[in-house]
Amino acid sequence: MATAPFPSAPPPGPRPGPTPLFGAYGIVKRFGSFTANDGVDLEIRAGEIHALLGENGAGKSTLMKILYGLLEPTEGVVTHKGDIVQLPNPEAARRLGIGMVFQHFSLCENLTVAENIALVMPKDLSGRALADRIAKLGIDYGLHLEPDRPVWSLSAGERQRIEIVRCLLQDPSLVILDEPTSVLTPGEAEVLFTMLERLRAEGRALLYISHRLDEVRRLCVRATILRGGKVVGACNPQEETARSLAAMMVGSAVREVTGRAAGTVGAERLRLDRLTLPAPGLHATSLRDVTLGVSGGEILGIAGIAGNGQAELFAALSGETRAPDPDAVRIDGAAVGALGINARRRLGAAFVPEERNGHAAAPLMSLSENALLSRYPTAPLTRFGLLRLGAARDLARRVIEAFDVRKAGPDPAAGTLSGGNLQKFVVGREILAEPGVLVINQPTWGVDAAAAAHIRQAVIDLSARGAAILVISQDLDELFEIAGSIAVLHDGTLSTAVPAGETTREAIGLLMGGSGDASAEPRDASKAVTHAH
Amino acid sequence: MTLDIVQMVLITVLAAATPLILAGIGELVAERSGVLNLGVEGMMIFGAAVSFAVAVQTGSTFLGALGGAAAGLLLAALFGILTVGLAANQVASGLSLTILGLGLSGLVGANYVGMKRDPAPHLSLPGLTDLPGLGRLVFGQDAFVYTAVALVVAVSWFLWRTRAGLTLRAIGDDHVATHALGLKVRKVRFLSVLFGGACAGLGGAYLALAYTPFWSPGMTAGRGWIALALVVFASWRPLRVAAGALLFGGATVLQLHAQAAGLGLPGQLLSALPYLATILALVLLSLGQRHGGSLAPASLGRVFTPSR
Repeated sequence: MATAPFPSAPPPGPRPGPTPLFGAYGIVKRFGSFTANDGVDLEIRAGEIHALLGENGAGKSTLMKILYGLLEPTEGVVTHKGDIVQLPNPEAARRLGIGMVFQHFSLCENLTVAENIALVMPKDLSGRALADRIAKLGIDYGLHLEPDRPVWSLSAGERQRIEIVRCLLQDPSLVILDEPTSVLTPGEAEVLFTMLERLRAEGRALLYISHRLDEVRRLCVRATILRGGKVVGACNPQEETARSLAAMMVGSAVREVTGRAAGTVGAERLRLDRLTLPAPGLHATSLRDVTLGVSGGEILGIAGIAGNGQAELFAALSGETRAPDPDAVRIDGAAVGALGINARRRLGAAFVPEERNGHAAAPLMSLSENALLSRYPTAPLTRFGLLRLGAARDLARRVIEAFDVRKAGPDPAAGTLSGGNLQKFVVGREILAEPGVLVINQPTWGVDAAAAAHIRQAVIDLSARGAAILVISQDLDELFEIAGSIAVLHDGTLSTAVPAGETTREAIGLLMGGSGDASAEPRDASKAVTHAH
Repeated sequence: MTLDIVQMVLITVLAAATPLILAGIGELVAERSGVLNLGVEGMMIFGAAVSFAVAVQTGSTFLGALGGAAAGLLLAALFGILTVGLAANQVASGLSLTILGLGLSGLVGANYVGMKRDPAPHLSLPGLTDLPGLGRLVFGQDAFVYTAVALVVAVSWFLWRTRAGLTLRAIGDDHVATHALGLKVRKVRFLSVLFGGACAGLGGAYLALAYTPFWSPGMTAGRGWIALALVVFASWRPLRVAAGALLFGGATVLQLHAQAAGLGLPGQLLSALPYLATILALVLLSLGQRHGGSLAPASLGRVFTPSR
């Protein structure tokens, strides 16, 4: 495996040239014996979108938290226009003009939009005056918000808009964005990019944290790359390829996913036939007449914006929700609609839910216990109803070896693993069962490039061995990379699957937004905004 | 004069409701910030014992009430150090606090059993208090009752009309998000717990200094638990806590009269009536207004340790 040449790391300490708006020099942050940041230098200039790249665990979040005053560095200084500044708390950072758009939104669900924004505003700004400011900003930047709506009733895109409005109301000179597109549709992301470009043109600095390399190459002309807590390179992303950037992040060339599923090669193994399910809860989506079929050797991708029925579809496939008609769900020809999840597993199906912690794995239980949780119906892990812990540990070890799961200690609690490693464990646990049918929801959400490539390759290899695989994902790049055909889930209805080679990102994106369906009302005001400009 | 009889009944209802309002409002603030303190009963009874002891020693009802509030505050501080500071389990700590409070109250009150004091003085405004029909109800109460009413109004105003109240509610809703914004989660929670303790202690003081007024072991008789239930069924809204407390007080008075009238129902059943009626009414109330989101503070009872 070839190692890509790295640009040499710059020497520590302030560099010559114009004084940066914000600088961080020699930042060291230790947690006990663990060094999260090890002598990190970063300079951010006004009027630039600066990318901060790195895998999960590379130290991006730590550095970001130091800049936002949530953590104090063990060593090193932060400067503002050349002067050393102290950032003991986020309020101090906000006073210096640093704003933050969080990845996992820091919003209180049961408060209204205006209340969430008021939380970090100066005390004299509240009530009517604040609502007016929110409305004005909405008009200026195309960020429409209803101040009195409670947050729990809003979509991910709208929630991010609250974060951005909250940030902009403080007129920041530096905006830190942490994985801002991870929950957005392609259309919503476009709106975001336009706005980021505008903020940059206004002379603000933006620190853009992402591992979506295409976005970084499009938006940023300067990038700092972190690996293992150290700066390993600085480059102009527009002069690099996504592969060379990924290689810098992981320290070696990223395995290219090979052998996209070619199409139908076997008999149909998974079938949904006009599945209709009422919405299980207030904010859930009902499924209407969902029909699909996946054959052995085929990978079917289900695209769609979060909240359009993905969770409900997954639950109906896995057996967490029983279908009213047993014939509506078939695995290898057997009607399983009325069967529970273990009965379906015994028929050779395996399931990887979206949420790693709490759904796919119990965070406080060890990896071997987590291996037991989904595998005891099908693997020889019990005898006379008693657990065979040795066998469970063996199984966990096999998964860990086959999927290169990095962890501390021999059998740690699942919650102590990084997101990417836990996802590799969860996917590996199911794939090692050699299932005939695999249903996997958001396989690489929030997972770094190397782990994502590993998972995708494993899924493709499984399908090459004759399994029928259904992948639900919001990541269109991922679906086009691995799926043989793609269908779109919108508002609980599924479009007809089309071969991935015969459609385009744009066509799928339109279906995701509901444009293929004239009767569907727009779910999201951002689309109206797009047209208004 | 029927008007005077109605007034008499209303006065007794208000008197029975006052300790529940005091303890309930305090617990409401603590729970709104995300801390479930099951030690209300313990803080209340300790407050009752200490307030009576202080009042007897100093001869001052005011100092007694202050002592009661301080006693509740002291226990709450212990609870706050455990659950907010050291991230101990709130349920276990709260239950222990109740047992501790019951024990300590027996110790403090041992020498005062059987003693009697004059009840807390009632307001007397010439002209107003003597108004027929409502003079004594409105202008002739003791300071505890007025404090309880003022607290309901003040806490409502605080929680929904001030920045600090917004911060408190936000912290109760999502401590991870508010911590990320730089809000002082643990400080706010600790102060809320202290406020809850002081209110519970004051509620106990009312029992020992005004309602009975003497000290006897176990005199709170489960009112702390009722206050806890009131907060839940009132869906964490101060005015509903007050309404629930009044309903409970009303049912208490009603069952006393029913027992005296000899209705032929077992006395135990009648004694349980206020509890049943309160829970029933508040359940119906909370059923009627479910509209999505969560009524309870979303972080309630969840331990917070700041992430690195």
